[in-house]
Amino acid sequence: MFSIIRTMWLTFLHMFHKRDTIQYPEEKAALPARWRGRIVLTRDPDMGERCVGCYLCAAACPVDCISLQATEDEHGRRYPAFFRINFSRCIFCGYCEEACPTYAIQLIPDFEMGEYVRQNLVYEKEDLLINSQGKYPGYNYYKVAGLAIDGKSKGEGDNELEPVDVHSLLP
Amino acid sequence: MSPAIIVVCVLGGLLLVAPGLIWVERRLLAVWQDRYGPNRAGPLGLLVVLADTLKLFFKEDWIPPFADKKVFVMAPAIVVITVLMSFVIVPFSPGFIVVDLNIGLLFFLAMSSMGAYSIILGGWASNNKYSLLGAMRGAAQMISYEVFMGLSLMGVVLITGSFSLHDIVEAQRNMWFVVPQFLGFVIFLIAGIAETHRLPFDIPEAESELIAGFHSEYSGMKFGMFFVGEYIGIMLISCMVTCLFFGGWLGPAFLPPIVWFILKMFAFIALFILLRASLPRPRYDQLMEFGWKILLPLSLLNVMVTAAIILWNENPQ
Repeated sequence: MFSIIRTMWLTFLHMFHKRDTIQYPEEKAALPARWRGRIVLTRDPDMGERCVGCYLCAAACPVDCISLQATEDEHGRRYPAFFRINFSRCIFCGYCEEACPTYAIQLIPDFEMGEYVRQNLVYEKEDLLINSQGKYPGYNYYKVAGLAIDGKSKGEGDNELEPVDVHSLLP
Repeated sequence: MSPAIIVVCVLGGLLLVAPGLIWVERRLLAVWQDRYGPNRAGPLGLLVVLADTLKLFFKEDWIPPFADKKVFVMAPAIVVITVLMSFVIVPFSPGFIVVDLNIGLLFFLAMSSMGAYSIILGGWASNNKYSLLGAMRGAAQMISYEVFMGLSLMGVVLITGSFSLHDIVEAQRNMWFVVPQFLGFVIFLIAGIAETHRLPFDIPEAESELIAGFHSEYSGMKFGMFFVGEYIGIMLISCMVTCLFFGGWLGPAFLPPIVWFILKMFAFIALFILLRASLPRPRYDQLMEFGWKILLPLSLLNVMVTAAIILWNENPQ
């Protein structure tokens, strides 16, 4: 009996406690730095697209919401001809970001993606591509890839060794 | 005032305030749970009442094909009718009473007990396991609290010597009955919570175990009727507690009597909501045991002691 009255009294005292609610549109919650929100495609320091169209993100995606088509420019640099993410399917698991070998696809702490028309949730490449290097500033895949590309032959990139002369390896 | 005007005032007031209690309940619950509650639609979120009502009207009013249609439709009406009928005898202020029956209290007990039929019939007609379980619990709960509910009021009737609520309120000019009849007040309050099927005694409803108990199959305005019935029931029990134990409209003269009545009524409505916010639900056999083994003997003892004291005062040896 006493415990019942004590319970009611303690509940009543909650009237004077601080509210836990965050009044969302006016106040924003502090998001963790690694929050997995909207997916973006980043660029390298030369503002070239980082994505090389390797399909690893599409393969890693558990809900198959990523579709893309790789193509090459005249210098042999690969890039996606189209890159489409269906955010009505996306579960924001971040596997695409983990799978990406060039740090191109990244999840940023933005979750305000509400739409009135479902079709608008399908983001095309121009919606995804941002003019920023995202979480890895300074990283330029083609500079460290060991690949002959426009203006740079094998072994000229950062941390690259000259290609081994296979004839010198003969016993 | 002519009775017709009073009837319209009481009926209109009740049907307006009952949905408003949705807002009161949600806000108060939120306050006691460190939240804000509905505060977006309109000033202080008051328009949530309108939104809720409109939503209920637009919901599909579906009768399951396996239900007993006539009884299914009738059940929600019964709860509203019986509760509204009980309000006939509530004196809001001197003269502002629909009809001052000389058996007012008995009429209230009879009408509020009839409300149990809506639960039993609704649960039965739904033809659904959980609904039937809820209905069965409703019946079990009803037979356990109804007895001591009546008995707990007998002390008040003994002191007043009348079943008329007007006389009962007038008899409290010197002292509210909550002082001499404190036990009766506590027992009546517990019985009243059980009567309205509010938490912690919402055993026939029991959202967490029976989905929604007797009204799981109801939708649209039929569900709304159960809801309205429940909220008017809360108001009814609050009014009765106010009339029987807290001096009804009596109060210092700087406020008109009707305001005192409404203030006291809302204090008890808030208490009902505080109970909901703080207490867990007992098992229904626990409620029956509590009713039969503790509250019934206590209320009998209350009646006996009150009667003995009154007899002693009338002819002291």
